[in-house]
Amino acid sequence: MPEEINLEIFNADPITEDVSDAAPEATPQAAAKAVPALDTAAESQQILSDEMKALGDAYAQARRNGAAAETQPRLDYPPYRSSILRHPTKSLQHADPETIELYSPAFGHMDVHALESDLTIQHNGEPMGERIIVSGRVLDGDGRPVAGQLVEIWQANSSGRYIHKRDQHPAPLDPNFTGVGRCITGADGSYSFTTIKPGAYPWKNHLNAWRPAHIHFSLFGQEFTQRIVTQMYFPGDPLFALDPIYQSIVDQDARDRLVATYNHDQTKPEWALAYNWDIVLTGSKRTWTENEALGAEGDDHE
Amino acid sequence: MKHSARKVTTMSKLTPTPGQTVGPFYGYALPYPKDRELLPPGSPGSIRLQGTVYDGAGHPVPDAILEIWQADAEGRVPQRTGSLVRDGYTFTGFGRCAVGNTGVFTFTTVNPGPTAPGAAPFISVVVFARGLMNRLFTRVYLPENEEALAADPLLSALEPERRRTLIARRDPDGGLSWDIRLQGENETVFLDFEGAAQ
Repeated sequence: MPEEINLEIFNADPITEDVSDAAPEATPQAAAKAVPALDTAAESQQILSDEMKALGDAYAQARRNGAAAETQPRLDYPPYRSSILRHPTKSLQHADPETIELYSPAFGHMDVHALESDLTIQHNGEPMGERIIVSGRVLDGDGRPVAGQLVEIWQANSSGRYIHKRDQHPAPLDPNFTGVGRCITGADGSYSFTTIKPGAYPWKNHLNAWRPAHIHFSLFGQEFTQRIVTQMYFPGDPLFALDPIYQSIVDQDARDRLVATYNHDQTKPEWALAYNWDIVLTGSKRTWTENEALGAEGDDHE
Repeated sequence: MKHSARKVTTMSKLTPTPGQTVGPFYGYALPYPKDRELLPPGSPGSIRLQGTVYDGAGHPVPDAILEIWQADAEGRVPQRTGSLVRDGYTFTGFGRCAVGNTGVFTFTTVNPGPTAPGAAPFISVVVFARGLMNRLFTRVYLPENEEALAADPLLSALEPERRRTLIARRDPDGGLSWDIRLQGENETVFLDFEGAAQ
């Protein structure tokens, strides 16, 4: 429940982040790893943009030569410098999902309070920024709604600052905004969050690197093979072309699938702007019965 | 929910939404109390599953987060809610663990039973990390029952040195140790469930 969110939990978290690449005072491991990264922090946007353009051009040429469209980010995408030592070099091994992988963990209203989908009411006052409603549906690759499943989001505040203690971006924290939400999808796969439009924020991939405004989404399907974590972006962001994380998806159609649509009909007068974003998971590998599609047992789906 | 009102229809195939890296700032969002304790430590039948996540230089990855999903000790697939709000009694089969500064993860769970007679028991694992563009799926198998491991469709398709990356070591205290190597020597086998069925 929002009122139980404890800031000490966030501050106890030991995770290092992008800033650690340029901050040798972090852990000994991070410091050792940071030595080559220190140089990369001085690289210009032009160097990165040239690399991204070369990869994009090569993909366009491959497409003209008949290569299939790519639909996912490349695991090996050197312009995102932190990926260089963190991607597998061997091909992923094809596996037919076994029993446990054909099911997903069950989440329900025991796990998530209804108020957790409103990120603007977690504190005593209203957060700063542009209030928005982000809604859509979670579908599987066969177009079937993913009902009764967990959706988790997290994001920066309106000035581009995460509440994470290692975020050292000198933009103000908002005492009325944590930036974490959860919900359980409806019978039609629908979700809806009320939040604040996040700001862009700087990071240390290269000199003058800025992330386009985004909301992190974590999604479960009805099978564990459908698990995905991704990011939703806002239409028309001028940082798209400059961002190695967004550009790690080299196909424009695929990139577009991460961009929400502004919906004026759903915008609430004098209250909040509305964005829509549907998420499609991979296709089902299991033969379903109708009851299985209805969500978890032992829970109070409404 | 009005079950009778639900229509389960299959439409044309849709293209999946791309994944993106979990980034650096999940630490205040994804972890939750007792996330890594599928049952209380020390309770009957509980074991520890531990290991370290390494990058291609052999350095621990301090900003990875793992999830596990598994059958119970009898090989049944749990379908109970309550993973996020543990009651201490319900085994939901799901756990989540953000690694510490030294890349170490620790879960408290049970040895999964075989989900079919003769099947090799394993725990399904998904890996997220800053710098990892998309999640990676893998499996950790229990080391016992050589016959079942030899007959496993995935393991038998792998060269011996790659196969080893998916099999845990049994600790003297009964726990399981298993490391994840994202890249390089002894790179963990990661899985692709899409594509043509074999």
